Amino acid sequence: MKILKFFFIFYFIFSFNYSNADNEDIKIKITKNLRCLICQGQSVYDSDSEFANSLKVLVDKKLEEGFSEKQIYSFFKDKYGEWILYDPGLNKNTYILWLLPILMFLIGGAIIFKSFIIRK
Amino acid sequence: MKSKFLPFSIFIIFFVIFIIFYKGLQDTNIYTPDVKINNEIPSYSAELFYSGKIVNSSEIFDLNKYYLLNIWSSWCVPCRQEHSILIDLANNKNLKLIGINYKDKKENAKKFLEELGNPYEKIIFDKDGTSAIEWGAYGVPETFLIYDNRIIKKYIGPLNKHSVKEVKLLMK
Repeated sequence: MKILKFFFIFYFIFSFNYSNADNEDIKIKITKNLRCLICQGQSVYDSDSEFANSLKVLVDKKLEEGFSEKQIYSFFKDKYGEWILYDPGLNKNTYILWLLPILMFLIGGAIIFKSFIIRK
Repeated sequence: MKSKFLPFSIFIIFFVIFIIFYKGLQDTNIYTPDVKINNEIPSYSAELFYSGKIVNSSEIFDLNKYYLLNIWSSWCVPCRQEHSILIDLANNKNLKLIGINYKDKKENAKKFLEELGNPYEKIIFDKDGTSAIEWGAYGVPETFLIYDNRIIKKYIGPLNKHSVKEVKLLMK
C-alpha cells in the first residue's frame, strides 16, 4: 500500500510538471527557429534585443490564444518574409538548397559504386 | 577518356563554386524585411495612449482616407529629428497621423509630446512592443502610409525631405 501511495505521489508530481512545461517547450522550440532580424546570426531565443524580447512576448500571447506552431510560423512569415525562419520551406527560391545535398549524395554514391563495386 | 574526364569535372565543380561565392560576395548581408506593399493592415486589440481604452486596430482606420502610421518613442533619437517633419505633415488636411508609442514610459512620452508638439490624431500605446510586430516593424522609427486599409508605402528609419515628397506624390 505504501508503495502504491508513493507511486501515486510520484506520478502526480510528474504529471503536474509536464502540463506546465509543455507550452514552455514549444515556445523555446519556436523562438529558436526564428531569426532575430536586427542581430544577425542569432535566433530570437538567444538574443536579448528589444525586437527579440517583443517577439518572445508575442509568441507567448499567440500560444495562449491557441495558435499552433505552424500557424505562428506562417504569421511571422507573413509579416517579415521567409528570412525570419531558420528552417525555410520548399519553394522556388529554396529548392536548390533542399535538393543539392540529395543530388550530391546520389552523385557521390554513383562514383563510389562505379569505382569500387564495378571494378571488383 | 577517363583521365580527361576527372580533371574536367573537378574544374567544372570548382568553377561553379567560385561563381556562387563570387556572387555571394557582392550581396549585402544586412537584411531588411520585404517591403510588402498592398498588404492589408493587421487586426489586433490595441490600447489607446490617453484613454487607455482597448480597441481593435482596424477600427482606427477609415476607408478612403490617407493615414500615416508612425512608430516612435521618447528614447529614440532619430524620432526627435523627424518630429518636425511629422508636425508639418499633420497640417495636411487629407492626411491623418496615427502614432504607436513603442516600449516607452507614459510620463516620458507625454513630456516628449509637450516639448515638441503632438502631430498624432490617435496614439496606440505599445508597452511590450507587440503592436509594432503586428505591423511587421522591427524598430523605431518606422512609418507606414495607409489607404483603404492597405499599406501602400513603408519607410524604415526617420522620414526626410525626400520621403515627404514621395508621400505627397502618392496621395495625389
